[in-house]
Amino acid sequence: MTLTITDLAVRFPTGPVLEGISLTLARGELVGLTGTSGAGKSLIAEALVGALPPDAIRSGRIEIAGQPVAARTVALAPQGLDALDPLAPVGRQIKRFARLAGVAADVPAALVGVGLPPDTADLYPHELSGGMARRVLLATALATGADWIVADEPTVGLDPEAAGRVLSLLAGVARAGRGVIVISHDLIGLAKIASRIVILRAGKHIETAPASAFTGAGATLRDGFSRALWTAQLAPEAQC
Amino acid sequence: MTAWLARLVAGRLIRLAWLLPLAAVGLFALISLAPIDPVQAYVGGRTSQIGPEQRDAIASAWGLDRPASERFASWLGDLAGGDLGQSITFNAPVLQVIAARLPASMALVGLAFALSFLLGTLLGLVAGATRGRWPDRVIRTLAVVLAASPGFWVAILLVAVFAVTLGWLPACCAAPPGQLASEVTPADRWRHMVLPVATLSVVGIAPLVLHTRQSLIAFLDSPAARHLSAHGATPLRLAFGPGLRHAAGVALTLHLAGAGELFGGSVLAEAVFAWPGLGQATVRAATGADAPLLMGIGLATLLFVFAGNLLADIAARLADPRLRRIA
Repeated sequence: MTLTITDLAVRFPTGPVLEGISLTLARGELVGLTGTSGAGKSLIAEALVGALPPDAIRSGRIEIAGQPVAARTVALAPQGLDALDPLAPVGRQIKRFARLAGVAADVPAALVGVGLPPDTADLYPHELSGGMARRVLLATALATGADWIVADEPTVGLDPEAAGRVLSLLAGVARAGRGVIVISHDLIGLAKIASRIVILRAGKHIETAPASAFTGAGATLRDGFSRALWTAQLAPEAQC
Repeated sequence: MTAWLARLVAGRLIRLAWLLPLAAVGLFALISLAPIDPVQAYVGGRTSQIGPEQRDAIASAWGLDRPASERFASWLGDLAGGDLGQSITFNAPVLQVIAARLPASMALVGLAFALSFLLGTLLGLVAGATRGRWPDRVIRTLAVVLAASPGFWVAILLVAVFAVTLGWLPACCAAPPGQLASEVTPADRWRHMVLPVATLSVVGIAPLVLHTRQSLIAFLDSPAARHLSAHGATPLRLAFGPGLRHAAGVALTLHLAGAGELFGGSVLAEAVFAWPGLGQATVRAATGADAPLLMGIGLATLLFVFAGNLLADIAARLADPRLRRIA
């Protein structure tokens, strides 16, 4: 089964922000989505779950196995930690998402699945570290039982070790048979877990390259912007 | 008792310990400075029958011939022994007057509190969940009209419509006038409560509707609600699910903190409906310059407002766990 985005475009009254976006994702596959800030990465995530801002006009097709995406087929772990309800304990929040998807919630299993102890269920969001909150957001998406998961910037604000754990977790989700899109600025991290990486610039699709292309100086990347993006990330690493 | 609750209650009790004497001094100063002569208020229309000697005798019996500071010290001394003094208006101990009238006021205020909270929160939730649509516009208009309507005017309007014109409900008192307490049925009592409770509730509903609506809209616009919406939650489901705690928590805090206003409103409502509660006694004590009773009611009101504020603080912390850290 394949999720296909064909010629997706999103425009606001002020003008277009996404144009000509196409990508495919198979179950069991993890695809990375990267680009500069404001490239429209999060809008693709919102379009996938049908949660675009009210004034956005969408065109193009998003289909699974040739059929338009039904509601609640794709689950999103959003970028902001403020997507967690500050007044509800973690366990109750995971249950909410499961209930919305019409599935039974196994909160301890959901927490253990993202590498958190079961008693995290009783904690409120303000009692979580950044890394724990990211995992809880992921747990809310996974608890829906959706076959397709979109994780928007799941490693922002995390130290390298915590970021590595979250990316490994997502890789494990894909290996378990779900289709995963990871939106991230962290090209190095994406290259380790994705099969392909889609590069965006100012709302336009630049290229889709296999993860193996992101090695050395990125000589096999077709576009100069993709190479610049990759080498810019390598530079700080080289300095370390 | 959890640590934050113990810390909060202890802190507020310490505050009450210095607030009470300060309030007592303030109350006594205000009553002493009031331009009403208690003896003249007591004598009333019988001025021609009572000479200066009798006036002096009355003043002396009430201790009014002594300096204010001496009277205050004596009142404070009696208070320490649990004696709030003697009411001039009711010719009975102040504590007895308060104890006899408090249940009637509490029934009125308590019912109005519960009713206005339920109605105000419910209407606010519906308005917030249907933002910009006709239910929201109707509820908002109603709330703004009610917010602009003085309590006494609402009371007169209700009496004019339901008691005078339609004749459905009694316009006064807690029971049919002329009946013995043993003859009054529960149905009678409820019928007599409808208009005063409705008046007090209506006045308290408007701010609740507007605050609940705004709190819910703030939640619906939050990333947390958008995250739930992205997974299929409708505005109505959000309003009566997770949004309930966001909106009702604020509403309950606000409502409890405003309990003093409700008590103040009951003074007017009790005056209009001749309700035999503490509010009516306050009016009689004020017009009769009944200093001991006014002091007693003043302190009782202070304790009532203090309890309302304390419960508001507790409600806020129960609704929002982040506040428990700074109890």
